[in-house]
Amino acid sequence: MRKLKYREAIGEATVQCMKADPRIVLAGQNVDDHKGGHGTTTDAFRVFGPSRVLDIPNSENAVAGIAVGAASMGMRPLVVHARADFMFLAMDGLINLAAKWRYMYGDKGGVPVVMRGIVGRGWGQGATHSQNLHSVFGHFPGLYVATPASPADAKGLLVSALRNETPVVLLENRGLYEIEGEVPENPEPVPFGKGRIVRTGSDVTIVAASLMVQEAERAAGLLAEQAISAEVVDVRSIRPLDEAIICTSVAKTGRLVVADTSWARYGLAAEVAAVVAENVHGALLGPVRRVTLPDSPAPVSWPLEEAFHPNARTIAAACLDVLGGDPTLPMREMTDITAGFVGPY
Amino acid sequence: MESGKRLLREMVRIRCVEEVLADLYRDEQEMRTPTHFSIGQEAVAVGVCAAAGPDDVAYCGHRSHGPYLAKGGDLRAMVAELYGKATGCAGGRGGSVHLTSPDTGFIGATAILAESISLAVGAGWAFALEGAPRVAITFFGDGAAEEGAFHEALNFAATQRAPVLFVCENNGYSISSPLRARQPYGTTIWERARGYGMASRQLDGNDVFAVHAAAREAVEWCRDGRGPYFLELRTYRWREHVGPNWDYDEGYRTKAELDSWMERCPIKVAAAGLSAAHPDIDEEVAGWRREFRQEVLDAVTAAKADPFPAVADLLQGAYES
Ligand SMILES: Cc1ncc(C[n+]2csc(CCOP(=O)(O)OP(=O)(O)O)c2C)c(N)n1
Ligand SMILES: [Mg+2]
Repeated sequence: MRKLKYREAIGEATVQCMKADPRIVLAGQNVDDHKGGHGTTTDAFRVFGPSRVLDIPNSENAVAGIAVGAASMGMRPLVVHARADFMFLAMDGLINLAAKWRYMYGDKGGVPVVMRGIVGRGWGQGATHSQNLHSVFGHFPGLYVATPASPADAKGLLVSALRNETPVVLLENRGLYEIEGEVPENPEPVPFGKGRIVRTGSDVTIVAASLMVQEAERAAGLLAEQAISAEVVDVRSIRPLDEAIICTSVAKTGRLVVADTSWARYGLAAEVAAVVAENVHGALLGPVRRVTLPDSPAPVSWPLEEAFHPNARTIAAACLDVLGGDPTLPMREMTDITAGFVGPY
Repeated sequence: MESGKRLLREMVRIRCVEEVLADLYRDEQEMRTPTHFSIGQEAVAVGVCAAAGPDDVAYCGHRSHGPYLAKGGDLRAMVAELYGKATGCAGGRGGSVHLTSPDTGFIGATAILAESISLAVGAGWAFALEGAPRVAITFFGDGAAEEGAFHEALNFAATQRAPVLFVCENNGYSISSPLRARQPYGTTIWERARGYGMASRQLDGNDVFAVHAAAREAVEWCRDGRGPYFLELRTYRWREHVGPNWDYDEGYRTKAELDSWMERCPIKVAAAGLSAAHPDIDEEVAGWRREFRQEVLDAVTAAKADPFPAVADLLQGAYES
C-alpha cells in the first residue's frame, strides 16, 4: 500500500469527504494560507476555494455555536483549531449545545459538528499551547472523542467523523504529523469505539492513546530485548472506549500499564484502570501503573520540557515495575519521536 | 534627556534587542520558545508606556517584547527567559509569550487571544474599587478584537467606569489573514469601542510623538475617574508572525506593502521629526545602536552562562510551596 504522512492523510480525507458530501464546510483561522494548517487544509482550499474552506475571525466561542446552528440546518461544519487549547473558548457550544442537542430536544436529530484540535508538542509550546484535552471532552455524554495515532487512523477516523450523526472531537498530536504509514486510498471509515492491537504480547498490556501509542510500540521493542513480551493496545477513540479489547488483553497478560499524553488525575489512564478494575480485577497479577504527565502545567525551558513528557523508556520502566522487575535496569537510549523538531513554532 | 529623544532612544533599544535576538534565534536554535517579534511596531509600546506612571500596570498578548521592555522589564531576565534559564523573568517556565515584570508594572504577557484585555479590565476594576489613582493598560492586536472577551470586557469596563487604557495595536493581520477577511469592510475597531460609550481615537501607530501625546491624554482621563479610553494604533509587522524570518514572499502580503511601511519606520519617522532641532540625530542614533547592541549581547552572554532550571524543581510553582 502507498504511504502517507499523518498530516497528508488528514488532508486527503478532508478532500475526499468534501467531494462526496457538499454539506461539509471547513472553517478555521488561517486555513487558506501558505501553511494550510500544517498542510492539512491546503488541498481542500485549492480544490474547493473560499466558499467551502473559510478563513474565519478569531472567535472560537461564537464559532462553536455557529457550527452547531449550521449543523441544525443540515450542514456539516468541520472546524479546525490550530491548538486544542483554543477549544476551551469553544466549550459552551461544544458541551452545552452540541453534546446535548439530540437528547435535550427529545431525540429529533443530532448536530454533526466535527472539531479538529491540534495538540502542540515541542519547541517550548508551554502551558497554554500543548494541552491534551481528550479526557476533558471524553467526560461528556453525547460527544465522540478520537485520538488517532497513525496516518491510517488519522484518515479513517476523520472519514467516520464526517459521515456520522454525532458531534466529534478529533485531537491530533503535532508530534505525529510527520510520521509515515500505509493509508488506504479510498476513504475507508475507521469506526469509533474499536481499539487496535498494535503488537501482540503475553506478559504485560500497554494501553495507549495518540502519540503514546508510538512510544508504547518502541517501549515494547525495548522490553523484547529483555525477553519481556508486551501487548500494545491503541484505544483510537476514548469515547466510545473499546472496553472489550482492553479487558481481553489484560485477562491474558495479567498486567496493565496505561500511557497517556495528559495528566493522571481524572483522565484516560484513570478511566482505563477503572474499566479493568470493574471487569477483570481478578486477572490482575500486579498493580496498575499510569504513565502520564507530571502534575504541573507544561514548562517551556527545554530540559524541563524533555523531562515533562513520558516516552518509550518511561513506559518500559513502568512495565518492568508492574512485572516486579527492576525499573532502573539500564535500557538503550532512545530519542523522543518528536526530537529534532525545530521552531519557530 | 529631552522627552522626544528619550522616546526615540527607547525605540532604538527595542529594535536593537529584537534584531540581535532574531538573528540568534534563527542561527543558534537555542531559544526554544515560539517568539513573536515586534520589529516595526515599537512606537506603540514606547509611546504608551512612556505616558504611564510607575504605579500603572500593563498586560499584553503574545507580541510581548515591546511592552515588557517599554514598561521597564529587565533585559537580562527577558533574554534568560528566551533561553529557558532559571534566571529568566518567569524562571524558564513561561517563555517569550509569558514575560512578566511585576516590579515595574508589567504584570504579564498572555498567549491566548484577548486574555490581556479581560485581565486589564479586572485590574482597572480593582483600582476603581480601591479608589486608587492607577491605570491599567492592555495591549492587544486587531485579531484579538474579534474575540468575545474583547466585547464583554469593553462593556464591563465602560459600565464600571474602570480606569483602563485599551491599546489596539492594529498591524492589519492576524497571522496571514488580512483585516478585510475578518472584519466587515468599512468598519473600524475604534468606532466599535465608541459604541460602548467610551472615549476612543484612532491614530498613526508609527508616529511615536503622536502616540505619546494621545496616551498621556488617555492616561489622565482614566486617572481622573472618567472611565476607560480606547486607542487604535495603525502599524505594521515586518517579520513573520512568529519567528525571526521575513515572509513577504509567502503570498499573503506583498514586498511593496512591506516596503511602504518600512519607509514609514517609526524610528526613521521620529528621527526625521527631531532632525530640525537636532541636526546630528542620525549619528546619535548610530551611537545608541552600538550601545544597545552591546547591551543585548552582554545579556545573551550572561543568559548562556546561567543555569537551566533543575529538573528536580519541575513541579515547583504548580501550587504554593
Ligand atoms: C484564542 C486564540 N485563538 C487563536 C490563537 C492563535 N493566534 C495566536 S496569535 C494570532 C494572531 C492574532 O492577531 P492579532 O491579535 O492581530 O495580533 P498580531 O499577531 O497581529 O500582533 C492567532 C490567531 C490564540 N493564541 N488564541
Ligand atoms: Mg494583528
